[in-house]
Amino acid sequence: MARVKAGAAANPAPPTVQRVRLRFAKRGRLRFLSHRDVARSFERAVRRAGIPVSHSHGFSPHPRLSWVGAAPTGAASEAEYVEMGLTREVDPALVCEAMDRALPEGLDVLEAVVAEPPALAERIDAGRWRLEVRGLPRAEVERAVATLLARDSVVVTRVTPSGRKEIDVRAALAGLTVEPQVSDDGTGTAAGVAGSGEAGTDCAILTAVVRQTTPTVRPDDVLGALSVVADLTPPVPVTATRLAQGLLDDGGDLVDPLGAVPATRGRPTGT
Amino acid sequence: MAPTSVFPALEPILPRVSKPVQYVGGEGNSQVKPWDSAAVRWALLYPDAYEVGLPNQGVQILYEVLNERDDALAERCYTVWPDLEQLMREGGVPAFTVDAHRPVGAFDVLGVSFSTELGYTNLLTTLDLAGTPLHACDRDETHPVVVAGGHAAFNPEPVADFVDVAALGDGEEVVGDITDVVRDWKAEGRPGGRRELLLRLAGTPGCYVPALYDVRYADDGTIAAVTPADERVPATVQKRTTIELDEWPYPKQPLVPLAETVHERASVEIFRGCTRGCRFCQAGMITRPVRERSLQGVGEMVDASVRASGFDEVGLLSLSSADHSEIADITKGLADRYEGTNTSLSLPSTRVDAFNIDLANEISRNGRRSGLTFAPEGGSERIRRVINKMVSEDDLIRTCAEAFSQGWRQVKLYFMCGLPTETDDDVLEIAGMAYRVIEAGRKASGRNDVRCTISIGGFVPKPHTPFQWAAQCHPEVVDSRLRKLREAVNSNRKIGRNIGMRYHDGEPSLIEGLLARGDRRVGGVIERVWREGGRFDGWSEHFSYQRWVDCAAAELEPKGVSLEWFTTRERHADEPLPWDHLDSGLERDWLWEDWQEALSGREQDDCRWTPCFDCGVCPSTGTDIEVGPSGTTLLPLTVVNPTASATGSLQGPGAGA
Repeated sequence: MARVKAGAAANPAPPTVQRVRLRFAKRGRLRFLSHRDVARSFERAVRRAGIPVSHSHGFSPHPRLSWVGAAPTGAASEAEYVEMGLTREVDPALVCEAMDRALPEGLDVLEAVVAEPPALAERIDAGRWRLEVRGLPRAEVERAVATLLARDSVVVTRVTPSGRKEIDVRAALAGLTVEPQVSDDGTGTAAGVAGSGEAGTDCAILTAVVRQTTPTVRPDDVLGALSVVADLTPPVPVTATRLAQGLLDDGGDLVDPLGAVPATRGRPTGT
Repeated sequence: MAPTSVFPALEPILPRVSKPVQYVGGEGNSQVKPWDSAAVRWALLYPDAYEVGLPNQGVQILYEVLNERDDALAERCYTVWPDLEQLMREGGVPAFTVDAHRPVGAFDVLGVSFSTELGYTNLLTTLDLAGTPLHACDRDETHPVVVAGGHAAFNPEPVADFVDVAALGDGEEVVGDITDVVRDWKAEGRPGGRRELLLRLAGTPGCYVPALYDVRYADDGTIAAVTPADERVPATVQKRTTIELDEWPYPKQPLVPLAETVHERASVEIFRGCTRGCRFCQAGMITRPVRERSLQGVGEMVDASVRASGFDEVGLLSLSSADHSEIADITKGLADRYEGTNTSLSLPSTRVDAFNIDLANEISRNGRRSGLTFAPEGGSERIRRVINKMVSEDDLIRTCAEAFSQGWRQVKLYFMCGLPTETDDDVLEIAGMAYRVIEAGRKASGRNDVRCTISIGGFVPKPHTPFQWAAQCHPEVVDSRLRKLREAVNSNRKIGRNIGMRYHDGEPSLIEGLLARGDRRVGGVIERVWREGGRFDGWSEHFSYQRWVDCAAAELEPKGVSLEWFTTRERHADEPLPWDHLDSGLERDWLWEDWQEALSGREQDDCRWTPCFDCGVCPSTGTDIEVGPSGTTLLPLTVVNPTASATGSLQGPGAGA
């Protein structure tokens, strides 16, 4: 048997020859996963699925999975992204199918493409969120939104393990709208994505387009801002779902980060 | 009719609790069977936090064994943290299973696995949240039958008020027998109500029904007699023993948690039982005889577990894994198979000899040589003879030096404090041993930065061991010895700075001792502590010594006994012990002789390599030692090589890569 002394151990990990980017959803009860929980589930699914993922070197090799801007614990998402390094070329459709099968229901892989420049992080500078606010009169929600949008700056304070942080929510908001009233037969709007509740009379659905800032403005911060400007305090927790991420274009839409290279835009320089 | 899921009621409060993911279920390989498909429904409770309970092998084994039956279903539950408990009470949300979020109170059987006595208050939390009466005598046929198992169930008397049945010994087969009894009783239209069901269960081998036994006490507070309350009830209850481990390759599909847990690995039990004969070790005494899983059995289970889970570590578990008669072939075969796959092996190993270093080297071929663990348990040769832990200090130093010369950088040494006959000097010798380890390690490795961590636990006398008669050491004595040890470790900073010392204070051990060797009168203490807020007693941030002391005084002293009476008092040979009618197979006379041998500092050999010393287990349980050889020398396995699977398909032989 090979006797290898610690410190001299070789880790002949095969090199990365291909990178594949995945979009996946975090749905239903699995929205309570933290980013670390999601990452562990992916690492195990990669092994169960037999994906030839490349590993880091050293004594504790880890699969090469690169994450961008994970949705917070408790928030659902239809648009999470991860890039995986592979040791041989594989059809991304096979990766998509195999990973989706290996992951638990609720972590659902939706599409996969071979990575091309620019980097994934350069393809995302904003996200669109759907917030279901229950238990408040719709008019009150609309008034609060209007009040928030009328301001130039609305600062909320978030308590983090490293201390209190002041976050300007209004500056990060590229848009905030209240969806039209749901009709009685439920037509005209998308079905609820997060949570199990039905869209009832006391449900106002907000769509927020939030620019990436440091620190990140989370759905809770948007609600915090509504509370600051209009004392809006929903009696039940608001369910939040990230619907899309990408580069914000001039029309307020998000450019698909897995699509072709955006020809005219990149990340704004000097930031 | 199927009960409705409590998830819609639970979901809105989850954002307000810490780590909500632990309550949502959905783990890899978890199962939800249709409610109406099963005649008998089990809720399996591990009475501790999810992160501790999920990896528990006992629960995972029974979960699969029961769910494989067409007439049964099993779901799991864990004790919720106090933050969720409070919100559940405010919102009227009942105790639930994590699999389908069905209310625990709707199940036929609530199985609870007691690895430690400090989980007793957590059972009460779950019962109360389930709407199930705390006291077994207040339940009717609409309530679950509460079945306790696990090592602590070998003395269930302290929880006799709260459990209906204690299942003694291995659980694989007895859960099937219980299922049969409950199924038939239900199918017959529940004749005779709950009492008839309990009588039938009391007639099932391995099942003890406390309510069907009367306990009388003598004037001096000791037990006068324990007698069956019905002629259909046996006078003693014998433990169950699963003989052929290869026929029970569970868990086949290990649960893969979404939340972080204490053990993130696949576990394969390579043998059960231990005859090393360490006199403090309840597990080694109550799980005899030794039954090995075969080489092939281990190989197949490891392969299946890795494929089904995606874990990158496999633990080869047992009470002393290096003692498997074919351990060298197992580790070499597995190390060959997983070389280059980023799958690592771990071997909880406590034997102190060079053979152990070879094994450790074998399973760390890819170079991860961080720390090795040994358990001398006692600091002096004398005390190690008392506890029958046959390790000489010279052997230990030689072994550690060998480990350091092979590239290991740290050794951890486990000890106990408060052992019978122990003096300050026995404990202070731990410091001398650690100093010699550092000096030998520096010499062997040529480096100054070798480390030795000494980890010390308080000794708790346990039922069904030779120390069941011993006086438990008072926490003040334990704490004072540990203070002196710390001073001794720090006396020479040049060596002491390379020695880490980890220990807990002695107070929780005394309460564990009360719960371990208590009788039915201790039940009132448990309930009072729980009513006054006692939760998660195994967690130092939740444990309150003073609350236990106060409640023990209030409940026990009117009955003429006390916390000290149950713990720091030595028992006489002829005193009836609360668990005498529960038969672990060990002869009481043999245990007493071994206790006397301990007091004279005489050792007892291992019956795997020396003649039988008549502990009594094999003849009384109709079993025998089951050890190798398996008849093959190599694991019949395909070597998995990740680079060999570059075929363009994802379903090649690289599935383990």
